[in-house]
Amino acid sequence: MNFIAHLFARYQLSHMLILALLLIVVLPLSMDIFRLNLIGKYLTYAFVAIGLVLCWGYGGILSLGQGVFFGLGGYCMAMFLKLEASSPENTAIQTTPGIPDFMDWNQLTELPWFWEPFHSFGFTLLAIILVPAFFAFVVTVAMFKRRVGGVYFAIITQAVAAILTILIIGQQGYTGGVNGITDLRTLHGWDIRTDEAKYILYFVCVALLFVCLFIGKYVINSKLGRLLVAMREREDRVRFSGYDVSAFKIFIFCLASVFSAIGGAMFTLQIGFMSPTFVGIVPSIEMVIFCAVGGRLSLLGAVYGALLVNAAKTSFSESFPELWLFAMGALFIGVVMAFPNGLAGVWTTYIEPRLPARLRSPVPPSTIPAVAVTTTAETSSTPSANPTVEHRHAGN
Amino acid sequence: MFADYTMTELTSIFAMQGFAGLTLFSVFVLMALGLAIIFGQMGVINMAHGEFMILGAYTTYLTSNVFSSYLPESLYSLYFFVALILAFLAAGALGAFIEWAMIRHLYKRPLDTLLATWGLSLIMQQLYRTIFGPREVGVTLPDWLMGSIALTDMVEIPINGLFVMAITLVVAVGVGLTMQKSRLGKQTRAVVQNRPMASAVGINTARVDRLTFALGCGIAGIAGAAFTMIGSTGPTSGQLYIVDTFLVVVFGGASSLVGTIASAFTISQAQSTMEFFLSGSMAKVLTLLVVVGILMLRPQGLFSLKIRK
Repeated sequence: MNFIAHLFARYQLSHMLILALLLIVVLPLSMDIFRLNLIGKYLTYAFVAIGLVLCWGYGGILSLGQGVFFGLGGYCMAMFLKLEASSPENTAIQTTPGIPDFMDWNQLTELPWFWEPFHSFGFTLLAIILVPAFFAFVVTVAMFKRRVGGVYFAIITQAVAAILTILIIGQQGYTGGVNGITDLRTLHGWDIRTDEAKYILYFVCVALLFVCLFIGKYVINSKLGRLLVAMREREDRVRFSGYDVSAFKIFIFCLASVFSAIGGAMFTLQIGFMSPTFVGIVPSIEMVIFCAVGGRLSLLGAVYGALLVNAAKTSFSESFPELWLFAMGALFIGVVMAFPNGLAGVWTTYIEPRLPARLRSPVPPSTIPAVAVTTTAETSSTPSANPTVEHRHAGN
Repeated sequence: MFADYTMTELTSIFAMQGFAGLTLFSVFVLMALGLAIIFGQMGVINMAHGEFMILGAYTTYLTSNVFSSYLPESLYSLYFFVALILAFLAAGALGAFIEWAMIRHLYKRPLDTLLATWGLSLIMQQLYRTIFGPREVGVTLPDWLMGSIALTDMVEIPINGLFVMAITLVVAVGVGLTMQKSRLGKQTRAVVQNRPMASAVGINTARVDRLTFALGCGIAGIAGAAFTMIGSTGPTSGQLYIVDTFLVVVFGGASSLVGTIASAFTISQAQSTMEFFLSGSMAKVLTLLVVVGILMLRPQGLFSLKIRK
């Protein structure tokens, strides 16, 4: 009994259960498949947001290029599905049957070598994990070993996102160009465009999301999580204590990028296409706001943030398209200036203390590391549970 | 790939592309100078820098409209000089306001400044779209800026490009002098090197921050005014340049103005020369890749100021 109570506290299982009830029972029962498919799409962004909580909220590494990994995962999945959709029988009218339609339009006569292995589903699943992880490793290893961090790293990741987008758009024959890889039909003969398939994919997406949530929770609770917070606050002290700081940073960034890639792959499966519009600078920075709105220190908050911001985006763009950018801009400024810990911060600061004691989270608030506003200040910053007060102080 | 061209043709190609690169270089320098001041001196990332530049461009557009509608035609050829000053003032004033309202609360959280100014850039873009419409606007150049000078049969130099370069030169020298000689420049550098000490000797650091930010934004405004000479202006034009400009600043070594100019030169020349032989997108990919690669090996940039941190 004690053990279960311990587990509940450690993984915030009560909160997880509420989210699970919402995603598995309430939403599927109350929505038609079109809306549920949209929710599934929002949840794929939640994967990215969870990764950002780990690397930005806890590790202090802001990446403005998460769209790169989202895109890599999505493109790997799309390449497999596209190859299956372009079997010689389906593409008999092309000049070269058996290659994807956009290659035929661009006068390619054979499949490029890097498309070949994507005939195999096993390879594709491995690639979805390994390609982004390898890419993230290459990007970070040089930089973190040389102690590049903070805004420099953010700018470089942004440049990487720009490079990949230009490359995908420019190499139309190999990547489908600005339209992306479209017209995806079946997965091992199973039609992914039917309503039934969309229901199943939605639940697969939710299940994977919870796997990522538990991995994230495990990392945060582990010694690695403590070290990440320590590095975020005073990197030099951690280094002087004998830890190899860069190794931890590289690991957490790779983990975050793998999460994003899983999200991207699920996006391709549920929506049925992948295009460079989900790779570039603008989508990448939007993914950061999902995480910031939910609370950069809360894995569950990130999921809610992704759901809420995207739902708001959809309803705004349907009714007042010109107001959406204003709202989005105000959201960026408001969250950063007034609520640095996002919705989760509002919950733990204002709502939870007023709840009856048995409904409160079993974790005492003081153990949750808040975003210390004075990260670079001379004073040793004590993590405060009340960031808004500290924020007002810093503004003076 | 050179085999199809004769030697003289190649020389002309390089000269023309080199000149196109110089024009690009001028715009890069103007934009990067403002950023280098804000980022290099204050450590603040201003993602809305492109939108400040576009503010300058729209100011120029409005000024040219006012001149052509209300003032005698003989004065029209002078509108650009008025527009330059107005663009500087408008962008600078907005910059000072933004610093007061937003940036000064975030100095200790540089990553958050980045997100907040991105929000600002979204709002400004939508404002431009609401006020000026989504279509790009252009200004009519006065007669003396039209045409080109023919150096040889194959090499022609457009006058507006030359004029943009002249503006860049004046602004660059002006900024250099300001940072090195003027009271504000000396105070800024003192604050950068040691904020508590600067404050202790009586420098009003908050005021220096505000003026520096306003100066950086004002230069972005000038960049926007110059930008109207060579291209048309739309609500999202600024966003196209922002990543390039950040790379220019970081590549040059964030706190060195000379480094900024040198890196702007390298990047723009590499890009425009390669553009002729490869497709435009591949030239850009290659340039950016090389820059990112060099930055991974030498994160402090080409020129770096040695400060004990």
